[in-house]
Amino acid sequence: MTTFATTTTDSTLIVRPNGRLDLVAAPELREIVAKSIAGGVVNVVVDLADVDFLDSSGLGALVTGLKSTRQAGGNLRIASATEQALIVLDLTMMQQVLFPYPSVEAALEAP
Amino acid sequence: MSAPKDIILKGGQLFFVRVLVFSSLVFGLRYVEWRWLHSLNMSQWWISVPLVTAETYSLIDGLLFGMAMWRSGRRKKPEPLNRRATVDVMITTYNEPIELVMATARAAKSISYPHATYILDDGKRDELRERALAEDCGYITRGEEWVNRPLHAKAGNLNNALMVTSGEFLLILDADMRAEPQILDETLGYFNDPKVALVQTPQIFWNVKNEDPLGSQAPLFYGPIMRGKDGWNSAFFCGSNAILRREALMQLALTGYVQDVATVLKETLRRSKKIVKRARKQAAGMPSVASALQEISAAARDARRAVRRGTSLGEVTHEFQRRVRAASRDTIHDDLAQMRQDLESLGDAGAATSLALMEREEAIVNRLSELDASPLQALTSLKEMVETFDVGRAHEGQPLMPLATISVTEDMATAMRLHALGWKSVYHDHLLAHGMAPEDLGAALQQRLRWAQGTLQVMLRENPLAKRGLSVAQRLMYFATMWNYLSGFANFVFVAAPVLYLNFNERPVHAYSTDFLLHLLPYIIANQGMFMLISWKRGQKNIPTWRGQQYSFALFPLWIRAALTTVANVYFGRPLGFVVTPKTRAETSTAQMLKLVWPQIAAMAVLVLSTFVGFIKLYLGVAPSVEGTWLNVVWVAIDLLWMSVVFRAASYRGFEAPAP
Repeated sequence: MTTFATTTTDSTLIVRPNGRLDLVAAPELREIVAKSIAGGVVNVVVDLADVDFLDSSGLGALVTGLKSTRQAGGNLRIASATEQALIVLDLTMMQQVLFPYPSVEAALEAP
Repeated sequence: MSAPKDIILKGGQLFFVRVLVFSSLVFGLRYVEWRWLHSLNMSQWWISVPLVTAETYSLIDGLLFGMAMWRSGRRKKPEPLNRRATVDVMITTYNEPIELVMATARAAKSISYPHATYILDDGKRDELRERALAEDCGYITRGEEWVNRPLHAKAGNLNNALMVTSGEFLLILDADMRAEPQILDETLGYFNDPKVALVQTPQIFWNVKNEDPLGSQAPLFYGPIMRGKDGWNSAFFCGSNAILRREALMQLALTGYVQDVATVLKETLRRSKKIVKRARKQAAGMPSVASALQEISAAARDARRAVRRGTSLGEVTHEFQRRVRAASRDTIHDDLAQMRQDLESLGDAGAATSLALMEREEAIVNRLSELDASPLQALTSLKEMVETFDVGRAHEGQPLMPLATISVTEDMATAMRLHALGWKSVYHDHLLAHGMAPEDLGAALQQRLRWAQGTLQVMLRENPLAKRGLSVAQRLMYFATMWNYLSGFANFVFVAAPVLYLNFNERPVHAYSTDFLLHLLPYIIANQGMFMLISWKRGQKNIPTWRGQQYSFALFPLWIRAALTTVANVYFGRPLGFVVTPKTRAETSTAQMLKLVWPQIAAMAVLVLSTFVGFIKLYLGVAPSVEGTWLNVVWVAIDLLWMSVVFRAASYRGFEAPAP
């Protein structure tokens, strides 16, 4: 079962899923992002360091999050993607919109 | 059913044996009928019912034995094999000393009929490999495909070797079984009959003293009993010293494979509705998955119908997997469509990515499917279902398993399946290989425990009485061996009954009177007479037959343990367990060995004490009856005589004389 650790720093929500980011976990990620936006925190960093598996639904949830944060005037970034996640990102050419930052700090500091 | 025509069922001894078998049937039924209907002391039912049940058990045991004796004849010497055949001699080993294995290999190499010799080493020992190759023997071990899969012990070892060898016939030898050069010349001729799949020869051990303190020799079994089973075409494979026809084993493997695939498939199909329902719950609120699940559920329904129509299972599984893959791809397409929609709202970069996604969509879906990165993979129950829908038997080391793996005694289960497919077997009652028996009580007990557990596993998993393809006689002959291993419970009652009588005046029988003796004695005389007549002929070969009988009684605690652990294993998946075998010299003191048989020693102590109590009561005039006390004292004496063997066994320190 995938778990989600969340912390908020400098008006940015950091989500750290642990386990598989797949069909089963995707809805929860979507919900976490939606709640954060509703609560006024529109910048999100998803830390993928502990995600051992990413499928198309998981990636879909990340893109949905990107869309909804942008619409709310914020942004969603991803950090510390594992090898399998990088393969999926690479395959879908998603780096152009979802650039995989090497670390959470890098994602936070990026302009 | 008539006996195989090559078996001679004539001769004076057989006539008298049959007279005694018939008499024990008549007197035995008469006795048990009298016991159930006219002598049961129901006021003490809790001892009388167990006792009469134990007596009935013994009667059935005796009658099944008698049935085998009825056809315990002699085989005619077969003609030599009418063609040149290829033979593989296979020596199975796991951890036996390398010198011992090599001695067996050298004996195997000097078998005169042309053959190839292989050492099947489940211990993967480099030294043994080098020695084997140096002496021009084949060396076979398990490959990668067995890693993390059930090894199935000796059966798995042989199955592995069967896939990389090609001889028409296989002579199977345990690591310690030294074959005589003429073993193949004497036995291959039986295979002139194209329906013969197995020729079993006796197993006798050279490292055992004449009086056989551990009861290792089985002269009754490898003699009258196997000859009798042979008379009913049900002589079975005993693990070593047997020649098998590869074609028969391969047929067994193929039918077993198809049955296994079909069973798993049907079971999965039966459960598929529930699995899809659970998957739906797991994927609630995801429309793309919902439609995929609908498609999978339809695919399962069509598969069920196809199986019912008799479509080939290969086709059914192939079609099912194709549809699941398609449904799984659809979910990826749906996810990508959603992503494109999201991306397009993100301005130029997003729109560009979306366009690129669209252009390469097929390639992306293909690659994600290969990576198992489809959303359906998240639905674990569904994933398992799709995986079991395979004809590759992914859970096993190899798809084809010629030797049965349902039991730790693969030999009997394999033979039973061969008989069920219509193959014949032969017992060739001439000693053609000598082996080594366990050298101390611990090892001997472990070996007996394994045999009992293995036999009972077959009884519980593939009961011969219900097995299709076997004749009635074959069913009974297999069942006889299994029934025999249930004796522990009956023998426990036979020990407990006199104790209860002598101490507490508990009478399971209305009266231990003349009437009782009149019913019991004719049966005992007929039964024991038959036994003595059979043993006497065999005993001339200097192997005492009564030692085995003594053990089968004395080991009743071990038989009870075997029965209970096997039930726990078959129905609750518990491990079978081991007899903790002492290893070092210090641990093998007689005192330590006696600990292995403490239940017997406790039982003997109780029996002796009860006898004293009985005599004291008789002296004081408070015994229920004089005859009753004496009868029970004789009974105790017999129990003690049988059980006393454990003292001798515990002090036994292995064979010391040089090999003959």
